[in-house]
Amino acid sequence: MTQTKTPLHQKTGSALKALVRKQIFIPLAALLILVVFNLIADPSFFAIELGYSAAGDPVLSGYLITILDNASELAILAIGMTLVTAASGGQDISVGATIAIAGSVVLRVLCGTESRPEMLQAPIWVAFLVCCVVSMLFGAFNGTLVAYFKIQPMVATLIMFTAGRSIAAWINNNELPIISDAVFGYFGNFIPGIPIPTPVFIAVACMILIALALKFTTLGLYTQAVGINPHASRLNGMDPAVVKLVTYVILGLCVAVAGFIKVSRFSSINYSVVAKDIEMDAILAVALGGNALSGGKFNMTASILGAYVIQFLTTTLYKFNVVSSALPAYKAVVVIILVVLSAPVFREKMAAAWKELTHNPKIKKEAA
Amino acid sequence: MKKLIAMLLALMLVMSLAACGAPAAAPATEAPKADAPATEAPAATEAPEAPAELIKVGIINNDPNESGYRTANDRDMKNTFTAENGYEASFAYSLKNDEQIAAAQKFIQDEVDYLLLSAAGTSGWDSVLRDAQDAGIQVILFDRTIDADESLYVASIVSDMAKEGQTAVDWLASQNKDVYNVIHIQGVMGSAAQIGRTGALDEMVAANDNWNMVTQQTAEWNAETAQQIVQAVIDSGKEFNVIYAENDDMAKGAVAALDKANISHGVDGDVIVMGFDCNKWALEELLAGNWNYDGQCNPFQASYIHDIIMGLEAGNAPAEKVVVMDEKGFDASTITQEDVDNYGI
Repeated sequence: MTQTKTPLHQKTGSALKALVRKQIFIPLAALLILVVFNLIADPSFFAIELGYSAAGDPVLSGYLITILDNASELAILAIGMTLVTAASGGQDISVGATIAIAGSVVLRVLCGTESRPEMLQAPIWVAFLVCCVVSMLFGAFNGTLVAYFKIQPMVATLIMFTAGRSIAAWINNNELPIISDAVFGYFGNFIPGIPIPTPVFIAVACMILIALALKFTTLGLYTQAVGINPHASRLNGMDPAVVKLVTYVILGLCVAVAGFIKVSRFSSINYSVVAKDIEMDAILAVALGGNALSGGKFNMTASILGAYVIQFLTTTLYKFNVVSSALPAYKAVVVIILVVLSAPVFREKMAAAWKELTHNPKIKKEAA
Repeated sequence: MKKLIAMLLALMLVMSLAACGAPAAAPATEAPKADAPATEAPAATEAPEAPAELIKVGIINNDPNESGYRTANDRDMKNTFTAENGYEASFAYSLKNDEQIAAAQKFIQDEVDYLLLSAAGTSGWDSVLRDAQDAGIQVILFDRTIDADESLYVASIVSDMAKEGQTAVDWLASQNKDVYNVIHIQGVMGSAAQIGRTGALDEMVAANDNWNMVTQQTAEWNAETAQQIVQAVIDSGKEFNVIYAENDDMAKGAVAALDKANISHGVDGDVIVMGFDCNKWALEELLAGNWNYDGQCNPFQASYIHDIIMGLEAGNAPAEKVVVMDEKGFDASTITQEDVDNYGI
């Protein structure tokens, strides 16, 4: 009896240990802590209700839906940011500004030269395609600076970070177009008859796409190889510069999708505040996922989960009505704890300490 | 060496990009070719009352791309300080204080008669304004005040944000509700507009038992954040009947959350919606009865400046150093299409 019991006990212990060691553990644990915290504070946090919008369409509402809805853009950006981080060992800080550009392009194509058109001047899919192309060009610009000119990613993308919002304003002659066509609003809100917010579907589609790309192409392998050791990957027949460039172009595509959702939410744009500081949240999502910000191996699922953790945290803080001037401070404290916990250095130290604790017979005896 | 070249290349790229990306951000000065008509054909033929000699004004403003307010402000300046009105105007734009100061020095060298200034930052203006004074140039501040001795400028034309807030809160009080449960969405914390527009409401809530603050959060002028804040209140099931948003964008975000939850708003609605800045689209919402109130932040300082300059030319110093502009608050039940056309920015 005892003989069979002990190994089982050991087995569960080692399974737990393996889970703790897994990269995805930190964002999962963070999510769990937030869930438990909200559950204790107010179980109604998790209530979801089916209601009707002012237009008479069915909509689901509740904090969880709000979180899923509002985290969509961030989750999409986290995908691109993870790849960029893995391949180039740096982050793109221009995504907020390029979202402004992407959104501005969408409105420009849809509105033509008028700022308040009665009718759309072009089909929505054309606007989306143009916006994708433009964003990928800007991504390629950033990527070229990083891959071929060997500029630090943060410095290279600082250019678009600084100039992006002015470019966005310039694209629309500094007018603030407003689109009255209801269909355009579907992408950022609800499609009539479907009670789940559309951005959720778009985010899921992006996740499926990247999962397929990672599974059936060499994208994941190449980016990690280049991130770990560009010279070795060159010797193995890869061109590190091309791989880096490709990751920036993919991030450009993510930016286009996120920008499209953003302008669709209000059918208009405000160049100076749209997607403000979203680059920081996107980088944070990658860090929360336990990915090394210096490049190399990555875990896409953990990054995406990180994005939802951030939105969960934001919504929780709104729910608890934290004083607005103190809000960033609360956020900062939680973020520091999470990032430190997920830092590879800290985790190694903790693993060593844990080993010491469990394998040191003296302590074990005392504990017993 | 390689690093050096890379750095240089990067620098060049930054420069060229910044130059083509944000043309207005550079302290470019553009002087209209006003000299030719002034000397060849007397200006009197076009505008009989205009003085034969044009008044040279140098106008230093913030980047017109900054906001709808600034765009309207710049357009107003350009429409007022024209050759027909007897001015020769030069413009310089920058969001950076040092670039603005450099532009001011250039205007002093060009011997303008008046220097009109909307400073990006409040400090660092003493020495350049003293230079202006020594050169006999009169300085008029508009929109923004600076930390400098009052003797260095003849007048300053400003908005009183606290008064804007007071006007709005007074209007709200006049609605005679039994109870006021307010969702207060603030701008960027510490900005002049936020402090001014928050103050009056805070006082009112503190002083009256039937005024309650349901939530008070900053959305940092962002429509989407405002939507999330209001959504959080709706999800929590708390009662509210007023949304006091410190600008139009945030009011729009709040209304989007209301629409999603099928809560009626505006005239005869359950929730009173209040915004600020009088964007044209916002006033149209008022006209349609979707919102209840919009407070003005007046960007049209040019006519005030024009009056002061005319007074100075006639030898009269302005009566008051600080001129607070008239600012209206629009009520959805009384607003007209004319108001939208005249005051929308």
